Amino acid sequence: MKDTNMQNPKISAKNVQVYYGDNHAIKDVNVEIADKTVTAFIGPSGCGKSTFLRCLNRMNDTIDICRVTGEIKIDNEDIYDAKVDPVQLRAKVGMVFQKPNPFPKSIYDNVAYGPKIHGLARNKAELDEIVEKALRKAALWNEAKDRLNSPGTGLSGGQQQRLCIARAIATAPEVLLMDEPCSALDPIATAQVEELIDELRQSYSVVIVTHSMQQAARVSQKTAFFHLGNLVEYDDTTKIFTNPDDPRTESYISGRIG
Amino acid sequence: MTHKSLLVADARTKKRNAAERRFKAYGLTAIVVAILALIMLLVSVFGTGASSFRQTYATVTVPLPEDKLDKSGVRDIDVMKKVTTIGYTKLLNEGFENVVIASGIPTELSRKDIGGMLSKEAAATIRDHILANSELVGTEATLDLLMNGRIDGYFKGRVTMESAALDSNTSPEELALAQALKDAGIVHTKFNWAFLTNPDASDQRPEAAGLGVAILGSLYMMIVVLVTSLPIAVAASIYLEEFAPKNRWTDLIEVNISNLAAVPSIVYGILGLAIFINFLELNQSSPLVGGLVLSLMTLPRIIIPARAALKSVPPSIRDAALGVGASKMQSVFHHVLPLAAPGILTGVIIGLGQALGETAPLLLIGMVAFVREYPAAYTPDAGLFGEASTALPVQVYNWTQRADPGFVERASGAIITLLIFLLVMNAVAIFLRRKFERRW
Ligand SMILES: Nc1ncnc2c1ncn2[C@@H]1O[C@H](COP(=O)(O)OP(=O)(O)OP(=O)(O)O)[C@@H](O)[C@H]1O
Ligand SMILES: [Mg+2]
Repeated sequence: MKDTNMQNPKISAKNVQVYYGDNHAIKDVNVEIADKTVTAFIGPSGCGKSTFLRCLNRMNDTIDICRVTGEIKIDNEDIYDAKVDPVQLRAKVGMVFQKPNPFPKSIYDNVAYGPKIHGLARNKAELDEIVEKALRKAALWNEAKDRLNSPGTGLSGGQQQRLCIARAIATAPEVLLMDEPCSALDPIATAQVEELIDELRQSYSVVIVTHSMQQAARVSQKTAFFHLGNLVEYDDTTKIFTNPDDPRTESYISGRIG
Repeated sequence: MTHKSLLVADARTKKRNAAERRFKAYGLTAIVVAILALIMLLVSVFGTGASSFRQTYATVTVPLPEDKLDKSGVRDIDVMKKVTTIGYTKLLNEGFENVVIASGIPTELSRKDIGGMLSKEAAATIRDHILANSELVGTEATLDLLMNGRIDGYFKGRVTMESAALDSNTSPEELALAQALKDAGIVHTKFNWAFLTNPDASDQRPEAAGLGVAILGSLYMMIVVLVTSLPIAVAASIYLEEFAPKNRWTDLIEVNISNLAAVPSIVYGILGLAIFINFLELNQSSPLVGGLVLSLMTLPRIIIPARAALKSVPPSIRDAALGVGASKMQSVFHHVLPLAAPGILTGVIIGLGQALGETAPLLLIGMVAFVREYPAAYTPDAGLFGEASTALPVQVYNWTQRADPGFVERASGAIITLLIFLLVMNAVAIFLRRKFERRW
């Protein structure tokens, strides 16, 4: 595997191992993720993409049997340090989950919740502005602006996922983790979300898990290929999709592993 | 395999459909049996108990001579209190006889027998009335006074001429006179507020027995149960479900809670006797002790459904909250608890309902005591919860032990009151649940 040392990585993971009880789900992963870049994680189902993604904002802490070793640094700070409060970390590293999970509250409250608990708005007008901006970015504003007070769970699956994206970006994170954000979306919404991801790249570091090669190719600059818990290959997206080093990567992108 | 025509059901399909029909029939039978049992219960309870909400009174004008009632002549209450109910009974007998004579109804009964048609409680009623209104002395007072239980029973169909002939407490002549007085409008039946406000009465006067103390006792106990067990149970279930590490200790606690919910309630009575009365030396028979004992009993019965309600909230909601940087506590209180609230509430109401109807542990802590007077605890200036009281189910138990058939009616009336209590509690629960329930 080619060494991909960067100048100034946003996230750097060294020798990360993850165990679910006896199941060794992530095996010695080393990766550096650049700021203001979209990084795609690809690989067959069950290879540990979600697991590794959840290490980056310590969502794995909520799973009792899950154990993480190794070192993950964000902005050169070890996020698994005993002094780090995962709550503060998650405000900085936002997440969109594989399955849309809006709160059973109004659309407005869904988006406003994060800014509220982090004290990002001084008054109602500012909060309104944050909500509108987030919904616009998530390409949901036009559909939602007339029904901000109706329940978020009353939206269609794709709309719910965009609501979750709006909710994640409303808290102004620096890193955005997206676990298959488009798996429930139609091609038009997918295109909108991809556009959004491209836009987010201006200010954030975005990590996206996807099963769609085309999507990875379209939106990402870097791609990491996982297989059976190993990080097989990590390189520029163009390189991965045109001239991969590892035969496993080659066979996966050409549809032979999966 | 080639499929046959879809228009003809094959053997397997027929068998499956038959099994389904049988199952539906079993279910329907079970429901019909349950409904029939409920109807039988309600008919028997309301059949015997509904009449306790009506009571027979006589309008009597009682002479109040000063020389008998107030030797001091200056309405000195302490002097007037020296006249006992026996003194008032004489005046009452005289007054009632006068009423009968004035009505022109012929009767061979003596003055004592005529007076005996009134309740033994009547003398106390008039005495209290005069002591409260001493200016009436020297004039006369017209009051609605309780008839005795036999006369009341006659108008309710419990006592007949035949049974009266065998009964030393009444006679057919008395019943005939009562009937004539009723036709003349002197005796009448009206709604029995006293049943809901009076304290209990002694064996000889079922007509005066009421549920006042029992209702207050039950009410106060429910307040104690709600105030102690609801916060403890909710806090315990949130802690166990959301925060506690999963290890051997929490497993042990979990098993114990399940076991405690199944412990017979009388055991909690023994526990309460040992802890609250013998060790902490709280007042025996008090609603405070009763409430605490019922709280102990109710706690596990609320914790179990509360945990189930918390568990049924999808984990994705917790992830969503944690994902935007909410703390564990914020995710629980902002998102999980509101979603679990309807379920928790249902558990609370069922627990409270069981506590309301519970008799056995209360017997052990002495709440079966005969409470003739309103405890001082129920007057506003005394400390609440401290004094001897009784409770609705205990009152039912108590009355079913009494000899006078008038108490059978009272016991059923108390059951009706208990059922109404439960109904009100359930209605409140349904209302609150509707209010909290959200769409997913
Ligand atoms: N909560 C969990 N408890 C136990 N094992 C888990 C848990 N989550 C994931 N695993 C295991 O970890 C391994 C990696 O799972 P992960 O969800 O990370 O795969 P994935 O690459 O995201 O797959 P997919 O593309 O299907 O989402 C799998 O073997 C899975 O069984
Ligand atoms: Mg996954």
